[in-house]
Amino acid sequence: MALTIVESCVNCWACLDVCPSDAIVSAEPHFLIESKNCTECEGDYADPQCASICPIEGAILNAFGDPINPKGSLTGIKPELKDDALKEIQAR
Amino acid sequence: MELNVLNADQAAASAEGCSASACGSSNDQMSHLPDSIREKVQNHPCYSEEAHHYFARMHVAVAPACNIQCHYCNRKYDCANESRPGVVSELLTPDQAVKKTKAVAANIPQMTVLGIAGPGDPLANPERTFETFRRLSAEAPDIKLCVSTNGLTLPMHVEELAKHNIDHVTITINCIDPEVGAKIYPWIYWNNRRVRGRAAAKILIQQQQKGLEMLVAKGILVKVNSVLIPGVNDEHLKVVSKIVKEKGAFLHNVMPLIAEEEHGTFYGVMGQRGPSDEELQDLQDACSGDMNMMRHCRQCRADAVGMLGEDRGSEFTLDKIETMDIDYDAAMKTRAIVHKGIEEELAEKQLKRERLAGVKVPSGPVAANKSFRPVLMAVATSGGGVINQHFGHATEFLVYEASGNGVRFIGHRKVDQYCIGNDTCGEKESALAGSIRALSGCEAVLCSKIGYEPWGLLEDAGIAPNGEYAMEPIEEAVMSVYQEMITAGKLDAESELKKAEV
Ligand code: SF4
Ligand code: SF4
Ligand code: SF4
Repeated sequence: MALTIVESCVNCWACLDVCPSDAIVSAEPHFLIESKNCTECEGDYADPQCASICPIEGAILNAFGDPINPKGSLTGIKPELKDDALKEIQAR
Repeated sequence: MELNVLNADQAAASAEGCSASACGSSNDQMSHLPDSIREKVQNHPCYSEEAHHYFARMHVAVAPACNIQCHYCNRKYDCANESRPGVVSELLTPDQAVKKTKAVAANIPQMTVLGIAGPGDPLANPERTFETFRRLSAEAPDIKLCVSTNGLTLPMHVEELAKHNIDHVTITINCIDPEVGAKIYPWIYWNNRRVRGRAAAKILIQQQQKGLEMLVAKGILVKVNSVLIPGVNDEHLKVVSKIVKEKGAFLHNVMPLIAEEEHGTFYGVMGQRGPSDEELQDLQDACSGDMNMMRHCRQCRADAVGMLGEDRGSEFTLDKIETMDIDYDAAMKTRAIVHKGIEEELAEKQLKRERLAGVKVPSGPVAANKSFRPVLMAVATSGGGVINQHFGHATEFLVYEASGNGVRFIGHRKVDQYCIGNDTCGEKESALAGSIRALSGCEAVLCSKIGYEPWGLLEDAGIAPNGEYAMEPIEEAVMSVYQEMITAGKLDAESELKKAEV
């Protein structure tokens, strides 16, 4: 089982530094996870480290191909609450 | 009553535009600091308005990762706490950064400060940041180092920071209340977990405050940056300013939020507005009562090389550096001679300033026994401390306040040029309206020349255009215009009333 990084990655290096398994390589056009090395952080940490620091929604997928940080999860605003948030912020 | 032109020399210095290393503080703002601190900042291009015309600094981008998210940042670009939004710096390895720094220092002996500010958070990249610092402390001991951080991991790095030739640390502190923080920081990476919302803000705030205290206890200079976000932390920043000062930060720099949709930041996309020039100025005024404020900072590019607005970065690209053979020991000798020369010149200027401080400008007859309200005026200058720019060519105006206490520099107002050349003048009207908006709150604008059309529009907007002081020193000119306003009765109570009725 392994995670994957997809093209929305912005090559910020954050995941590479925190991976306990040296599974992440800096590459162009975007960083990559070497699946043979990725342990999903099993035994090291409760959460996969790369996905806990990655700033980009949707950039890291789980073994089933689903984004670990789906849309709205990192801004703190769920898509269905976006209209209310827009109103509040634009009133400032 | 006599009007005092405060430190004419210093005012001239502050008027010079320096976009690459353009942050500093005027000397009167420094005067209350203890000698030990003043000495440290004397040669610092960011803090001493005087020195920043002689000494230069540079940044190297060795720190890509970040451990928090700020709502005004898009991680495709450099850390928005230290750089203008949308800027991308070329990432360097520590080895490349050391080579580049030495190459620049050898070629530009005025370069005295090396900073690491991004493109992420330097202390979220401790290995890359500290390897760069370690090597530079050993190989180029005549260069001072500085670093900026969001503060999250600051306490655990204070020991290491104290080992190097660290001149100062900048912490970006936007709040001390987690409720406020939750609106600015959606998450942090802490103890191997992503922590969100109020809990995240609380940890970040605690770490920042603790880091600030620890640095001060170690005798390391701390500057605090804050981003002014209307409706989020505007009132709150007054408290922040007070607290960071009490804890020993030597400067507090309030920067305006810049949020544009095209930058792809959360605030940009959600339509959070930035502060108006007046809101920024009001807040800076409110904070300056109890704090040394920086008004000159123009949010420099993180990797800018050079001084006085020149960006000499293209002289020092990676391939060019690789081919340079730098004998740093020899360079250090040259540098020492250049530095000594500059210090002597600065000392001379200091003496001259002390002589000038006694000079008074005689006040007009009408001014006697009366005090008048302060007036804001904008000045178009391309540097040199004199009024020497055409209104239509000004990309920014310097705003001064004239009052019975003399003339003081307030800040910069950026404008879009309305007249760049023949073919671009189609957009003239709307851009001109933009310039006039940028001058709101000012009652006069002093420039070398001004066209017929803007003249009329400015008058309509209640801003008196003035081209009579071309090539004259700014402060004297501003004071003269103030005197003229007083003499003409414009600041009398009756005329104020009339103005209010209109
Ligand atoms: S899940 Fe853990 S082991 Fe796998 S790449 Fe991410 S950080 Fe490395
Ligand atoms: S943390 Fe996310 S954006 Fe950054 S390099 Fe890793 S996958 Fe890419
Ligand atoms: S600390 Fe800097 S790099 Fe990190 S999110 Fe904030 S502005 Fe961006």
